Amino acid sequence: MSTKNEHWDLVIEPSQSPFRLNLRDVWHYRDLLYLLVRRDFVSFYKQTILGPAWFFLQPLITTITFTFIFGRLAKIDTGDTIPQPLFYMAGIVTWNYFAECLTKTSTVFKDNAGIFGKVYFPRLIMPLSIVLSNLLKFGVQLLLFFIMLAYYIIARDYHPGISAHILLFPLMVAIMAGLGLGLGMIISAATTKYRDLAFLITFGVQLFMYATPVIYPLSTLPEAARGIMQWNPMAPVIEGIRYGFFGEGLFSWSYLTYSMGITTIILLFGMVIFNRVEKKFVDTV
Amino acid sequence: MSTAIQAEQVSKLYHLGEIGTGTLSRDLERWVARVRGKEDPFLKIGETNDRSVAGTSDIVYSLKNINFRIEQGDSVGIIGKNGAGKSTLLKILSRVTSPTTGRIKIRGRVASLLEVGTGFHPELTGKENIYLNGAILGMRKREIDAKLDEIIAFSGVERYIGTPVKRYSSGMYVRLAFAVAAHLEPEILIVDEVLAVGDAEFQKKCLGKMKDVRGEGRTVIFVSHNMIAVKSLCRTGILLQNGEIALQGDIDSVVQNYSKSSVNQSARTIGVAEKGITLESLECSDNGNQGMFEIDSDLTLKVSIRSEVHHELISANVFFNTPDGSLIFQACSHGTPVEPGHYAFICTIPANMLNDNIYALDVMIVERGERGLIFVKDVMSIEGVEKKRKGAWLGKFPGLIRPMTLPWKIEKAVDVPTQGEPI
Repeated sequence: MSTKNEHWDLVIEPSQSPFRLNLRDVWHYRDLLYLLVRRDFVSFYKQTILGPAWFFLQPLITTITFTFIFGRLAKIDTGDTIPQPLFYMAGIVTWNYFAECLTKTSTVFKDNAGIFGKVYFPRLIMPLSIVLSNLLKFGVQLLLFFIMLAYYIIARDYHPGISAHILLFPLMVAIMAGLGLGLGMIISAATTKYRDLAFLITFGVQLFMYATPVIYPLSTLPEAARGIMQWNPMAPVIEGIRYGFFGEGLFSWSYLTYSMGITTIILLFGMVIFNRVEKKFVDTV
Repeated sequence: MSTAIQAEQVSKLYHLGEIGTGTLSRDLERWVARVRGKEDPFLKIGETNDRSVAGTSDIVYSLKNINFRIEQGDSVGIIGKNGAGKSTLLKILSRVTSPTTGRIKIRGRVASLLEVGTGFHPELTGKENIYLNGAILGMRKREIDAKLDEIIAFSGVERYIGTPVKRYSSGMYVRLAFAVAAHLEPEILIVDEVLAVGDAEFQKKCLGKMKDVRGEGRTVIFVSHNMIAVKSLCRTGILLQNGEIALQGDIDSVVQNYSKSSVNQSARTIGVAEKGITLESLECSDNGNQGMFEIDSDLTLKVSIRSEVHHELISANVFFNTPDGSLIFQACSHGTPVEPGHYAFICTIPANMLNDNIYALDVMIVERGERGLIFVKDVMSIEGVEKKRKGAWLGKFPGLIRPMTLPWKIEKAVDVPTQGEPI
């Protein structure tokens, strides 16, 4: 009796091994991923007067503020040749991508408790959709950066020392995405049980920014501080991007490799822990 | 016929009360036990989930060793009281949560509707939401493309399909959401009580659609309190009681058994104490028929208490609820001072007042006419029966109660003579 027809499409069991990531399932739901990204993008500017212009305004205003406060008032040295607004714009746009991936992913269980409690789909889709929608936004904001760069080259006679390292740009973006996603998933998994972490994240990201060479170049730091700084996996990314575009900054293959290694570990750990929690969180949240 | 779903020894544990405090230490304890290769210490102390009896442990089995098998093409109604484990079972079947122990094996694609309109975004238009919701429910984009017109037609909101759904009336919202769900084509469809929304015409449409699904040889699992809907839609039924399967069989016998199991004994010992007062029991006069009373004779309820101390003012209160827990009315006694000893509060519900329904009774003991001292839900259920009927109508009288002795006065209107001929 029991031997006939032993093929089952699905077996629901108590928590399976967290190492089974069900990536095939994720692939099956790729249309959902696309539609979620579309939702985020479209709903972002619905019922706003300025519409998609908001994508530009945010980094533009931040750049102006930073140029004024950190550049003019605090007189933070931003290097020799890079125009200050360009320096800040590059830092802000890239940092924002990482920061938004991280903060949005870290609240993914809380934000989607309603959906997660009612429908099954591979939960990994949600953080992935966050990383992709932000990538889209990042692309639009990068456009602004390019416009500004073109302006400085044409009108202000600025000659950026664009280097071949610019080809590493996609890799840098991938590191930011992976790091943001991985850290975000670890935090999101932890916040389902211990809510305190949710309060930590907002100002934690802020502190993290100051610990990363976003508003200052790594080269202005004293030797000792630089040594510590290089443990921060985001530092080689931001510095490397600036080095690629402006030809100024500290770039080292070994630190970039370290950064990639850390990102891979965090990302894998994040996926495993996320996978573990997604099965149980409905009962605890 | 082959098996579509097979559940083996499925259990689900829940922690009651506050989750958060002490969780870390408990997690550690569990973890230590696991590492040492011992059984999870918290699996042992789970007890049967009977919510009317306060448990000693704050961990209960919402489902306990459930075994069943559902054939392909069958339509199964899952019924049971609130808290019997229906929702938990549905959630496990929908993979929203996982069982604590045991496994469920499934053959075929599953779609579950625990709610309509999951993931609807208020800013998006009706059409955009059809895609989003369809994808969340597991449809591929091209499947939705192919069915889009059909879905829009079924929803009946063609005119507003380009409008953001936040401007929809709640009825339109539900129509659109159900239309998407109705066009899923899974081999197994799991539906929670979502049909209770929307107007009558739409409900009929939904039931019709579900019958179609059943007719196409697909498997339907349906959870509802509405016995008429369950009976008309399902062929077999599973009756859950306190997290265990009480009965599985053809739907008529299961529904009948459910109605019977809702009717408890006619005297119920309670024994809950607070501030020196013990609520001992609730009895009702039922002519020896287990929990049945005749609606055309008086019904007497007796709440017995024992007091160990002096209380200034104590009153008893019996709540009459529908089986699914909505309050119909409450019968409150007046307050009385009590001394140590036994007291009985007796109330008579006059004949021809209640209908031939099942009533779930809660008891509350009130202090000084303002503070609920003891409150026990679902102490017992009683069912009204009608012996004979005067008049021509033989069907059921609708309504939660049925007062037959209201003072009607019938007057013949005095004919006013018409003024002349009509023009």
